[in-house]
Amino acid sequence: MAKRVGAEGSFAVAEAVRLADTDVVAAYPITPQTHIVERLSEMVADGELKANFIYVESEHSAMSACLGSAAVGARTFTSTAGQGLELMHEVLYLASSMRLPIVMAVADRALSGPLNVWGDHSDAMATRECGWIQYFGENAQEVFDLTLCAFKIAEHHDVLFPVMVHMDGFHVSHVVEPYLLPDKEELGDFLPPIDYPYPLDPNKPITMGAFAPPAVYSECRKAQDVAVNSTHGTIENVWNEFAKRFGRQYKPIETHKTEDAETILVSIGSFNQMAGVAVDKLRSEGKKVGLVRIRLWRPFPLQAFRQAVKSAKNVVVFERSMTYGGTVGPVCAEVKSALYGIKDAPRIMDFIGGLGGRDMSPKQFEALFKRAQEIFDKNLDIQYETIGVRE
Amino acid sequence: MSTLNTLQKLKDAGELFMPGHRACIGCGEVLAMRQVCKALGKDIIIANATGCMEIISSPFPTTNWNVPWIHALFENTAAVASGVESGLDAMRRKGRGPSQDVTVVAMGGDGSTFDIGLQSLSGALERGHNFIYVCFDNEGYMNTGIQRSSATPYGASTTTSPVGKNSIGQTTQKKDMPLIALAHHIPYIATCTPAHPTDLAKKIKKAKEIKGPAYIHVFSPCPTGWGTDSDVAIELCRLAVDTGVFPLGECVHGTYALTKHIKDLKPIRDYMKLQRRFRHLSDDVIDQIQAQVRAHYAVVRSKCGVVTN
Amino acid sequence: MAKKDFELTWKEIPVGSIVHEPGNASEYQTGDWRSQMPVLDKAKCVKCGICYRFCPEPCIVKDDEGYYVADLFYCKGCGICAYECPKDAITIVKEEH
Repeated sequence: MAKRVGAEGSFAVAEAVRLADTDVVAAYPITPQTHIVERLSEMVADGELKANFIYVESEHSAMSACLGSAAVGARTFTSTAGQGLELMHEVLYLASSMRLPIVMAVADRALSGPLNVWGDHSDAMATRECGWIQYFGENAQEVFDLTLCAFKIAEHHDVLFPVMVHMDGFHVSHVVEPYLLPDKEELGDFLPPIDYPYPLDPNKPITMGAFAPPAVYSECRKAQDVAVNSTHGTIENVWNEFAKRFGRQYKPIETHKTEDAETILVSIGSFNQMAGVAVDKLRSEGKKVGLVRIRLWRPFPLQAFRQAVKSAKNVVVFERSMTYGGTVGPVCAEVKSALYGIKDAPRIMDFIGGLGGRDMSPKQFEALFKRAQEIFDKNLDIQYETIGVRE
Repeated sequence: MSTLNTLQKLKDAGELFMPGHRACIGCGEVLAMRQVCKALGKDIIIANATGCMEIISSPFPTTNWNVPWIHALFENTAAVASGVESGLDAMRRKGRGPSQDVTVVAMGGDGSTFDIGLQSLSGALERGHNFIYVCFDNEGYMNTGIQRSSATPYGASTTTSPVGKNSIGQTTQKKDMPLIALAHHIPYIATCTPAHPTDLAKKIKKAKEIKGPAYIHVFSPCPTGWGTDSDVAIELCRLAVDTGVFPLGECVHGTYALTKHIKDLKPIRDYMKLQRRFRHLSDDVIDQIQAQVRAHYAVVRSKCGVVTN
Repeated sequence: MAKKDFELTWKEIPVGSIVHEPGNASEYQTGDWRSQMPVLDKAKCVKCGICYRFCPEPCIVKDDEGYYVADLFYCKGCGICAYECPKDAITIVKEEH
């Protein structure tokens, strides 16, 4: 039976790793991810989790050890944040191109400099070209559920890609919330034992990580691109199966009061919780406004996103990272790219905020909704604004 | 294709690394590597760093390897091997994975060992993984076109330590990598060369038997980078040992031993004169290097309990 | 026979670009790098196998009579075998191309 427990997001992730009977954890501590590795260390020390914990000397080695572990067919987990994810950066590409089903929880954090250990999405967005499946959970329950699902998705033979489960640093990782924790019995056969099809094994020698000359590199890249784009069906199937068993439904794009909405707010991660409150308030004032939450970030659910915003006149994006020198933030760039050229495409405005742990209140979302209306009404040539900075 | 049924015969002879590789003519490193592999036997998994040995053996969609082999990056091989070892160990406990004992081997050149991969190697040695790290030391970044590394000896000319009006070539001393490995208090460390194949095989087998991390340092002459004839790789190994440039030894659980004790060191000139990278050096500098080599050998000898002269 | 890199379509790329056929690079002929070749004088050869031990390819194997012979499909002509032969049974001969 599932029991209702109170825990921060970090501990919920650790419980999912334990329930998955993970074989290897290789991780390096970094704020705000530390509670995950501390909890996992306790579990290993107490024998609750029968895994080898590799206490690596850096995140670069954490992800590298994960490559080795996953390549022999062991169920493999790691976790990091911010600078740690950046230090892993080049290894991330290897995990996806070698098609190794590693699961990683990221307590998203700002990037230096200046040094800042608090939450935003700079790290997540900097890794969006790495070929991983990336999705976001917004509270303890979601990150528990989504970490459990991540193993099933990553290891599925139609997928074989690593998965990043994102949660906003502190806002999710450190906030104590009640969530339902299933036991082994309830988990049943939802997560079958890992069966990686191409393990390094002296009984069947293979070569992994051969170099590709110009004559074939493009073909390798195309094969990987097609493969990651064809994981949508399996991701949704796993989430649907999860919903049937546990009653909580996740979708690549989730909507809130969008049916007749003229203006749709688009957000990702923990912003959604505040944006949702703002939408309810604005609705009570008669505003035709709805919310689209992007849960699955990579591979981007293009059709589902278009479908979700198709009737809107205005789209207002809220996001937690910048693209220095770019036209808009990374989420808005994706949104614009998704909507460009479709019939009656909406007007799009981008707001960047919540940087480096700066709190955002529902009231601010309401105000920004109004600011966006003003920009649209006056036809101002403004691509994005930074939220709440002192002038 | 060949007419001698060569490949089958090589396999029957226990070779794990197949011909048709792209190593330079007379490469001492690939020769050392195939000796190491043969001594290891087939029940291994190799993690290979980026570098000469990786690039000459794995042009997709082909491979020269007859054993499971993984290459990821330049600086993370010891970490990849850590994961391989831990993964196998965890699975074995749960009744999965290969049924036989598998030796996990990490391989890299001096660039990936002395320089860019030193941190991940240190981490893996400190954590005590049951694996063998093999450094094939050809004293420079040869794969990228002969640049200096921290393994390049004093006075050697490379493309980034060129001889010039104000420079004699490499102006720094070679890092003492085996000593750095020793500082991790690991159970086994050895130095080998492909010119001493019996000694090499013995040490590899010892490394395999001893539980815990082993560090094997293999002297690997590079005809292209050192500017030598293509037929002297083995001769250079012999001379490196006999001149004291590269002492052959081991350290088992903290006990040092020279495995080939050279009573009367040959003059360093015998070794240097075969190599273009040293050709510019003046007699003064060579004498200075000679003195350093003798002094270093004396230190090694004293550590090994051999009385110095 | 593995397809050549330039023959593979993207649909033929194995998952993870893994090479599943061990040692298949041996189809590649390195013998044409050679400008000189080893010639064995069987009268001097004592079949000790030192040449095989020190061949970097390795491309030296025993023939039916027990002599160690270089497979010229692979031999790059480095000359280590001749240099190391204790009986001077191998000579290196320039090749005309």
